[in-house]
Amino acid sequence: MSVKPNPAFEPAEPTPAPLPTPRLAAAPSPADAPAVTLPRRRLPAMTGRYLVRALALLMALVVWHVATVTGFNFFVNFENVPAPLVVGQTLLAELASRDFYLHIAHSLGRVALAYAYAVVLGVLTGVLIGRSRWAEDIILPYIELFRPIPAVAWIPLAILMLPTEQSSIVFITFLGAFFPIVLNTVHGVEQTPDVLVRAARSLGANNRAILWHVVIPGAMPSIVAGLAIGMGVAWFSLLAGEIISGQYGIGYFTWNSYTLVQYPEIIIGMLTIGGLGTLSTLLVRKACTPLLRWQAKGGRP
Amino acid sequence: MNAVVSDNRLAILDHSRLRSRASAKGEGRGHVSVRGLSIEFDHNGGKRAAVQNAELDIRPGEFVCLLGPSGCGKSTLLNAIAGFVQPTRGTLSVDAQPVAGPGPDRGMVFQQHSLFPWKTVRENVAFGPLMAGVGRQEATSVARTFLSLVGLAAFEDAYPGTLSGGMQQRVGIARALANYPSVLLMDEPFGALDAQTRIMMQENLLEIWREFRNTVVFVTHDIDEAVFLSDRIVVMSASPGRIIADIRVELPRPREQTLLTSAEFMDYKRQCLDLIRQETLRAFQQQNGG
Repeated sequence: MSVKPNPAFEPAEPTPAPLPTPRLAAAPSPADAPAVTLPRRRLPAMTGRYLVRALALLMALVVWHVATVTGFNFFVNFENVPAPLVVGQTLLAELASRDFYLHIAHSLGRVALAYAYAVVLGVLTGVLIGRSRWAEDIILPYIELFRPIPAVAWIPLAILMLPTEQSSIVFITFLGAFFPIVLNTVHGVEQTPDVLVRAARSLGANNRAILWHVVIPGAMPSIVAGLAIGMGVAWFSLLAGEIISGQYGIGYFTWNSYTLVQYPEIIIGMLTIGGLGTLSTLLVRKACTPLLRWQAKGGRP
Repeated sequence: MNAVVSDNRLAILDHSRLRSRASAKGEGRGHVSVRGLSIEFDHNGGKRAAVQNAELDIRPGEFVCLLGPSGCGKSTLLNAIAGFVQPTRGTLSVDAQPVAGPGPDRGMVFQQHSLFPWKTVRENVAFGPLMAGVGRQEATSVARTFLSLVGLAAFEDAYPGTLSGGMQQRVGIARALANYPSVLLMDEPFGALDAQTRIMMQENLLEIWREFRNTVVFVTHDIDEAVFLSDRIVVMSASPGRIIADIRVELPRPREQTLLTSAEFMDYKRQCLDLIRQETLRAFQQQNGG
């Protein structure tokens, strides 16, 4: 992960305290806790819920199958949509080919690079905007103006302005991840409780210590939410970026299948992006949980 | 003066630091001097006085309660001593040093939710010493000392969110004391606690203060609390906040819960009650345009 654990609020001992801590304080309600960390539930209940989720996905497969087999055509037309079994066969063929993995590897590399830039620049910019009125007045108008522009719209300018195809794609992917990270960081930083800043000051903390010990850890739940959202957006911006590429990438794979009228491949490309996006978002959340350990233990302020 | 240590957990305190503080200038440190102090806030385009022409001298080691109805500016006065609020007129000094901003010589205990939720109990208490520049190890050991003092040594690894309100306030007191402040400022620290816990916390606080003997300025609107705790009760009136009475409480120490039903206690309580009642009535009439 590109977010470094902050030694200042990382507890000294890695093992959880075996204390009989009485849970006198009210547990955080799901409404006010950001949906970053799920509260630890009883295991059977959780497996039951995963079962339901798996069944829900399976149901879509069944509907898809029935619709293609019967040639369903009422407003939505399934006549030219490949059946799930055909897609499954094509997937097996793709999984056996070296190229498919090359596509994935290229995409993963681009997302990793773009995301790393987005995390570093996004968090820095967010903290700056959240802490300084000057920075807010100078930078925020740009953020507001550029944020609604979809990734695809950047393609021509990216090609014109950046030296290589690779850098254009990484730039477009970066933009997707950057905005949610900046805005969530700003939001988190601006919500620093005043009483905690006062407490820190009366304990002798200077501005830098307050930033490091109060503002950033306090903003962390919001920052982590931004990091998770940013990862998802990075993947769907990647597809737009890889329209440029003439060689490799899962977005290119999907786009190219469309021009070659290979319908099963289109669906495989789509599902691969969805799957990789979900997995990498999960990874971001997992990597960030140590930063939010205090919250998992009922530590809402 | 060598303090008689009645309780084992108090023996671990750094008595040399307490004593050096007490004998620094012949007299102890923690002299608070408030001269002609007025504090005004912007209010609906005009100015509204929260504190008006306050005169107050607090001797080193005195336990003073600022008592008054809500909105009388007692918290504002406390925040001014803490350095969070700038006075509009008048001067304010602690040990002849004009108050220019918040500092570790004036420890602050807030009403609630002032612990850093992302730091463990130990890290919260160690924060002050760490900011003072002692090493991490030293800060941790100071934190442990003060956590034992408030009886929470077993919870050093817990996060504040898992503690009860009373325990959180004890951590807050330990955190403020870990800097060995000459003045301890407390802003209705037990106001959010239930009655039973509050009485326990008051006894606990007096026990700790007996050891420290630093100056305490304690804001409350609870008359029982003010009489039980203080050497002196400074009564304030409602808007604008003025000091209207300064009552010396001559009840013997150490004070225990049984005191709450004694005749002398009732006398002090009645005296305060009358003053507060008059002020509350006056404020009511003011609000009703009378």
